Amino acid sequence: MAYKIKSAECTVCGACEAECPNIAISLKKGTYVIDPAKCTECQGQFDSPQCAAVCPADCCVPA
Amino acid sequence: MSNVVSLDSIFGLGQLAPPAVMPAAPETASGCSSSSCGSSDGPADMDPAVWEKVKNHPCYSEEAHHYFARMHVAVAPACNIQCNYCNRKYDCSNESRPGVVSEKLTPDQAIKKILAVAQEIPQLSVIGIAGPGDSLAAAGKNTFATFEMLQKKAPDLKLCLSTNGLALPDHVDTIAQYNIDHVTITINMVDPEVGAQIYPWIFYKHKRWTGLDAAKILHEQQMLGLEMLTSRGILVKVNSVMIPGVNDEHLLEVNKAVKSRGAFLHNIMPLISDPAHGTWFGLNGQRGPTAQELKVVQDACEGGAKLMRHCRQCRADAVGLLGEDRGEEFTADKIEAMGFVEYDDEARRTYREHVESERAGRNASKAAAQADVRESIGFTVDPILIAVATKGGERINEHFGHAKEFQIYEVGPTGAKFVGHRRVDQYCEGGSGDVDTLDGVLAAINDCTAVFVAKIGGCPSKSLADAGIEPVDRFAFDYIEESALAYFKDYAERLGQGVVQSRAGQDAVIRTGALTARRA
Ligand code: SF4
Ligand code: SF4
Ligand code: SF4
Repeated sequence: MAYKIKSAECTVCGACEAECPNIAISLKKGTYVIDPAKCTECQGQFDSPQCAAVCPADCCVPA
Repeated sequence: MSNVVSLDSIFGLGQLAPPAVMPAAPETASGCSSSSCGSSDGPADMDPAVWEKVKNHPCYSEEAHHYFARMHVAVAPACNIQCNYCNRKYDCSNESRPGVVSEKLTPDQAIKKILAVAQEIPQLSVIGIAGPGDSLAAAGKNTFATFEMLQKKAPDLKLCLSTNGLALPDHVDTIAQYNIDHVTITINMVDPEVGAQIYPWIFYKHKRWTGLDAAKILHEQQMLGLEMLTSRGILVKVNSVMIPGVNDEHLLEVNKAVKSRGAFLHNIMPLISDPAHGTWFGLNGQRGPTAQELKVVQDACEGGAKLMRHCRQCRADAVGLLGEDRGEEFTADKIEAMGFVEYDDEARRTYREHVESERAGRNASKAAAQADVRESIGFTVDPILIAVATKGGERINEHFGHAKEFQIYEVGPTGAKFVGHRRVDQYCEGGSGDVDTLDGVLAAINDCTAVFVAKIGGCPSKSLADAGIEPVDRFAFDYIEESALAYFKDYAERLGQGVVQSRAGQDAVIRTGALTARRA
């Protein structure tokens, strides 16, 4: 139960990092990654996974 | 002239027919384009409090754009909407040009860069944050962190930011708190039906919205943000991207709506569309306007909010006077290598005093030149366009072959005024001129009667004359407006004698691609 970032398509804009309610997203070696241990798919917090909703490259997807 | 909006010019907009005489668009390999920003008004017709705020801002005052430099720092990569003219691999094309990638900086790196540039370029007066995404997305964290530090370290620099407006109402108090006295909002529509063709989705209140809902929310937030800013006395410039067939006619309504809410300037910029940029518009064959189509809409809006015509659609990391970009001299690596940077505002203060005194004399001499023209020819001759090669300072001081852009002046019985600029490739890069580039230059200024230069070679001179554009170097290093008026007087006489022909009905090509202005 977690999301992941398809790094090849990521523009490294950081929009997802700012929206994640669980601080699951961080910049590692020049690309953003989701920590599956922290990601809850936003369940119980928002209607839809926030990272996927804000991502301009549509590259936040279910792992 | 263009202060009066004729009904024809409004009703004619619907059928923006391709102009009668259209030069072939040049094949250009390298991607370079430019257009410039600001009000064409001087102190005479402006509220003194406003003039005080804008007189040294290159984007807000057309007069200042000849003298002052701006710098963008690209600290805001995230965005909260999707525009059909934008590809998120690149900079936001609201304020910056599509198809360019700016160097992203952290707020700390940005401060260091600003201080280094301020030491090097005394003309620097404004620091802006225009992306590369939206400066207020992601809660505007980097944007405000940068401004906060800057306000402490370099209080003499003016701060401004650009935004799509979606998150604006949430941040108006913070904007006021940091003394940000200029904000640019990109507003392309005031009707959600039009908006739905421009914005596929927005991210708002933890949700992705699409279609009419998205456009409606964006519109309401933009209008609310605009009103909140102007009611606090913060100057607002509105940018609109002109998209033929989508919002060209509609921009007149946008102009009215933003004017009635107190926007100080309206900047109508051409859509720059190219399949190579990978934007939705680019891939779907949506074209940008021609130079004359753009001018028709700009002229029609001129009775409303003041128009800015010198916007160069700069990169989100642009540095220098408008029309130039010295970003290359200040890359992150170079700044890092500089070590500790001292801050001292002495050079900038001296420069500002110099400009103040120079300006005083200018207004009188412009008025005299204008009176002379009116006396000798009356109002019988239609205005003409003149392309000018200039490096700044309101003078004709650039060699034809070195010009990376031409400033366009409209001159007629009511005076000379700046109406735009056209990006070109340097004709003479490294000595010898090349024919393809010259064709590009001719296409870019094809609607002009003359081109004013400091110097020009025999060969391009002949090609210009053959194309019906008169090369003029007799005003080398003189002031632009006075020279344009003197030329117009002479032109009117020659026209009367049938020696020259009017170029009415000609159009020109707006270059696609970005002003990267990499120095050779
Ligand atoms: S799905 Fe939600 S919790 Fe998981 S990374 Fe995305 S924003 Fe964070
Ligand atoms: S929002 Fe999308 S493109 Fe931006 S950093 Fe996150 S994953 Fe990458
Ligand atoms: S894009 Fe350039 S010219 Fe236009 S407003 Fe911004 S800095 Fe000024």
